[in-house]
Amino acid sequence: MNTRLAKVLVNGLLCGAALVALLPLLWMLSVSFMAPGEASSLPPPLLPAHATLANYRELFAHAGMGRYLLNSLLVSSAITALSLACNLMAGYAFAKLRFAGRERLFQALIGALVIPAQVAMLPLFLLLKYIGLVNSYAGVIVPGMATIFGIYLVRQYARGIPDELLEAARIDGAGEWRIFTLIVLPLLKPIIVTLAIFSFLAAWNDFMWPLIVLTGQEHYTLPIALASLAREHAQDSELMMAGSVVTVMPVLLLFLSLQRYYLEGLLLGSVKG
Amino acid sequence: MSARRTAWWFLSPALLVLGLFFVLPVIAALALSLTDYDLYALADIRNLRFVALQNYWDLLHRPLFWSALGNTFYFVAVGVPLSIGASLASALLLNSPLARIKPFFRTALFAPVVTTVVAVAVIWRYLFNTKYGLVNYGLAELGIHPIDWLDDPHWAMPTIIAFAVWKNFGYNMIIILAGLQAIPADLYEAARIDGASAPRQFWHITLPMLKPTMLMVAILTVAGYFQLFAEPYVMTEGGPLQSTISVLYLMYEDGFKWWNLGVASAVAFLLFVIIFVVTMLLLKLARRGEQVDGASP
Repeated sequence: MNTRLAKVLVNGLLCGAALVALLPLLWMLSVSFMAPGEASSLPPPLLPAHATLANYRELFAHAGMGRYLLNSLLVSSAITALSLACNLMAGYAFAKLRFAGRERLFQALIGALVIPAQVAMLPLFLLLKYIGLVNSYAGVIVPGMATIFGIYLVRQYARGIPDELLEAARIDGAGEWRIFTLIVLPLLKPIIVTLAIFSFLAAWNDFMWPLIVLTGQEHYTLPIALASLAREHAQDSELMMAGSVVTVMPVLLLFLSLQRYYLEGLLLGSVKG
Repeated sequence: MSARRTAWWFLSPALLVLGLFFVLPVIAALALSLTDYDLYALADIRNLRFVALQNYWDLLHRPLFWSALGNTFYFVAVGVPLSIGASLASALLLNSPLARIKPFFRTALFAPVVTTVVAVAVIWRYLFNTKYGLVNYGLAELGIHPIDWLDDPHWAMPTIIAFAVWKNFGYNMIIILAGLQAIPADLYEAARIDGASAPRQFWHITLPMLKPTMLMVAILTVAGYFQLFAEPYVMTEGGPLQSTISVLYLMYEDGFKWWNLGVASAVAFLLFVIIFVVTMLLLKLARRGEQVDGASP
């Protein structure tokens, strides 16, 4: 009798929650097309009276947004590519290559996960200052070139590769590197995609470390540039919303197009309890 | 023989990066926290002095450290339960056989997770603007007076908590949803045959079966929420009246604004110890809960 009521209730609540989740993002998109000053009026308008690209033009022409966008793309791509290489090799070694102390070393790495990354940041800054990498792309990239989480993820997945396959290749005289690139990597393809999205999103959204290591505007990534713009242009909500759109849209679209891989990785990474 | 060497070849890039840029700095941080490393030492290392536990001692006598700690605990103690509650509620809704167009709802609810904190924090700053924000406008329609969300010391932290819940609940929702789907359907079947009502099924089947998932989610969320930084940096700059200064915010200001790297390292280490202790307590609490469960028939 009351299943119909329950159905309305469940779907109604879901609609409400989806609205709360999406409204700020839709509002951002709408305001980014408003004329300067339009959003600061009462009642607050929901849609632009005359949609305009003026804010985007202003951002790219005068605020250097194009540069920051390229910086973000460059840094995130580099971190993704390099960390993939390191994590794949290490994860495979932990899963399939035998060596003394393998389990203990892996346990030590997992144990190190409890240390918050920020503990390392102060000496890391001094180290990079010493080797001259402060305020450079490399300064942002270098600490992200390998992650314990990534190694863990690859190891979990690579353990499913049958040992016979690798043994057969060894008997056929294939070298270890050939086995890795020609047999193992194709089998790891799903986890490679997953890890790539994860790394890219994390690098793109990262805030604290780039904020610390990038001291000059020319190397700013989008979040750092946006935070600094927000302090300068606190009144220009339309301009700031356009900046937020430029920052958020690339990762949101990436997620939407590869959502299945991302969510799988999230679950794979969380079942260590 | 050569198999072992191969293994180390494959491991070396990752271990080199982690060793040089993570393990070494962590050890150095401990050493740094025992020194008075400041702007003068940065200019000339000969100005560096070993001060033993002086930094820690000073911190414990510094009101700002205690308010940062208090604010962070406030954020964790209120934010984590709200966050996980929202995750659980939305996971239960998504798992309901009555729910329609589930893929759409799942994606919509998860979307805030992949967004950039800084960018969405900027959005919230405008939504919660006292004069022109949509939130106060909506409240005014309901006859509620405008609230000075981000400029009132009583409201700034709740606003940041609301933001964090909105931004993060989707992540745990996915994990809890997977946990819900892993509960065998015949458990519910048997309960239904015994005439157990839906709330009783939830209380006696869903929650106990979900416990390991919830524990893991709780620990990860607590550890994550202790690392509050970007939200106050963008939304309030630690204000008003330092009501949103978090421990990491203090570390950032001490370290990279005033260049007191010794003091800042001590702050970082104290935060690490606190996270570690709280995590252990949670684990212990969960284990004790299990024993009680096991004892009862």
